[in-house]
Amino acid sequence: MNDRLARALVNGLLLGLAVLSLAPLLWMLSVSFMQPGEASHFPPPLLPSAPTLANYRELFLRAGMGRFLFNSAAIASLTTLLSLLLNTLAGYAFAKLRFAGRERLFRGLLAALIIPAQVAMMPLFLLLKQLHLVNTYAGAVVPGMAGVFGIFLVRQYARSLPDELLEAARIDGAGELRIFFQIVLPTLKPILVTLAIFSFLGAWNDFMWPLIVLSDEHLHTLPVALASLSREHVQDNELMMAGAVVTVVPVLVLFLALQRYYLQGLLVGSVKG
Amino acid sequence: MRASLAGWVFAAPALAAILVFFLLPVLAAFALSLTDFDIYALADLRNLRFVGLHNYATLLQDPLFWKALGNTLYFVVVGVPLSIAVSLGAALLLHSKLGWFRPFFRTAFFAPVVTTVVAVAVIWRYLFHTRYGLVNWGLSWIGVHPVDWLGDPRWAMPTIILFAVWKNFGYNMIIFLAGLQSIPEDLYEAARIDGASRRHQFVHVTLPMLGPTLLLVGILTLAGYFQLFAEPYVMTQGGPLQSTVSVLYLMYEQGFKWWNLGVASAVAFLLFLLMSGVTSGLMWFARRRGAE
Repeated sequence: MNDRLARALVNGLLLGLAVLSLAPLLWMLSVSFMQPGEASHFPPPLLPSAPTLANYRELFLRAGMGRFLFNSAAIASLTTLLSLLLNTLAGYAFAKLRFAGRERLFRGLLAALIIPAQVAMMPLFLLLKQLHLVNTYAGAVVPGMAGVFGIFLVRQYARSLPDELLEAARIDGAGELRIFFQIVLPTLKPILVTLAIFSFLGAWNDFMWPLIVLSDEHLHTLPVALASLSREHVQDNELMMAGAVVTVVPVLVLFLALQRYYLQGLLVGSVKG
Repeated sequence: MRASLAGWVFAAPALAAILVFFLLPVLAAFALSLTDFDIYALADLRNLRFVGLHNYATLLQDPLFWKALGNTLYFVVVGVPLSIAVSLGAALLLHSKLGWFRPFFRTAFFAPVVTTVVAVAVIWRYLFHTRYGLVNWGLSWIGVHPVDWLGDPRWAMPTIILFAVWKNFGYNMIIFLAGLQSIPEDLYEAARIDGASRRHQFVHVTLPMLGPTLLLVGILTLAGYFQLFAEPYVMTQGGPLQSTVSVLYLMYEQGFKWWNLGVASAVAFLLFLLMSGVTSGLMWFARRRGAE
């Protein structure tokens, strides 16, 4: 194959695949600004004839979208904070602090990765019901606050910390907590950003667990609210697209801003073998 | 001495959370699957009875369970290879030195991965709408009559598979791209000197070198695809004619719609069993091929 042809082929395919990847998202944005009913025509219009914010107004004023947005933000933020705290402490311990049974425990945790999370859902629901945590933020946060993946991520990164650094601090009489907060934590910053995005996106995008544990409509997260809206408003395409925009744009923006950290974490997580 | 105690103290909160909110519930799920836990037991635990393997036996005779299993396997068997093939293709395109603006394309391909399943499923439901959907409009240009994508039992699952591939291919693409970048350039050099064509280079250099990556991606993707739930929940509600009821959809309905938590736990365990079986099979196959 000659070079010009190969170059045209590669770039053509890249462009085609990019159009396929982005077109649904761009169309969502376009339809969300259309007049109610405008998108239910054949052929479907590509751009709004008279752009309007009516759908967003309807969502926030009548459908309670502000509430759902707040719920999602609160649950995702709480999950992220707890996940950062618990997984970082444990990941550092598994990397740098020798304690009895450490290696065996870690292998056990990795083995637990093959259990699908849904197996635990029925008893977890009953447990949270006993604790009166069903239909609370806490109930939605609990399964995501510590995880094998998060511990693994931090451990892999923390292993590259030089032992001499920690030893020197110990000889100077620093306590383990002080070493952790003053010496270890600052050097872990890149992986903390990675862990934070993973936790936040995971909690924000999660659907099945919030659907189960948050049956009270006031507590619905965006995905749960959107799913139930889409069952009620089957015909209101413009409204649904605006709802999809509100749900998707925050995570897309977060990803675009912190892309490097996210992709790095994805690769660390997948080389475990 | 002190570091050893600190190790336990630092690890304890996360381990306790995983133990209480994951590992113990998993064990409890097995116990639960051996009982007739239903809405009466939910109200009053005295209504709970031990039934042994009765839930499993009932499920294995239930046509809906087999239907759900068949649908899930259809989704996995078609979706996983298709997804991996598209991921590999995209990674090869991004890896090629002939491409322009490669960082832009990488971001564009990855964007669907970070989006919320429910939200993009709503978009796809509209894209594939029989009357107003862009897809049917596009097809009408080449003379195809409107297809009732999500309302026809023959087309509903293929549509969901296409959706899943679109949503997920970027993830494996990144892993493949890293794999491709780690293949030493001199291997290709040597192959070129021996007169190997591009196709031969791909079959005899790229694929073998990607062996471990392929295995890893295969395992991760299988595990993910077995957990099909949100897509049918939003796009088809299991229909039409139960053609998109997945195993997890069945578990959800049994457990949290009808409150048969005993049966739902049995469904979850059967899925777990199936997933570990398939994963071990794949690893055994890979080891035999020496691609460990």
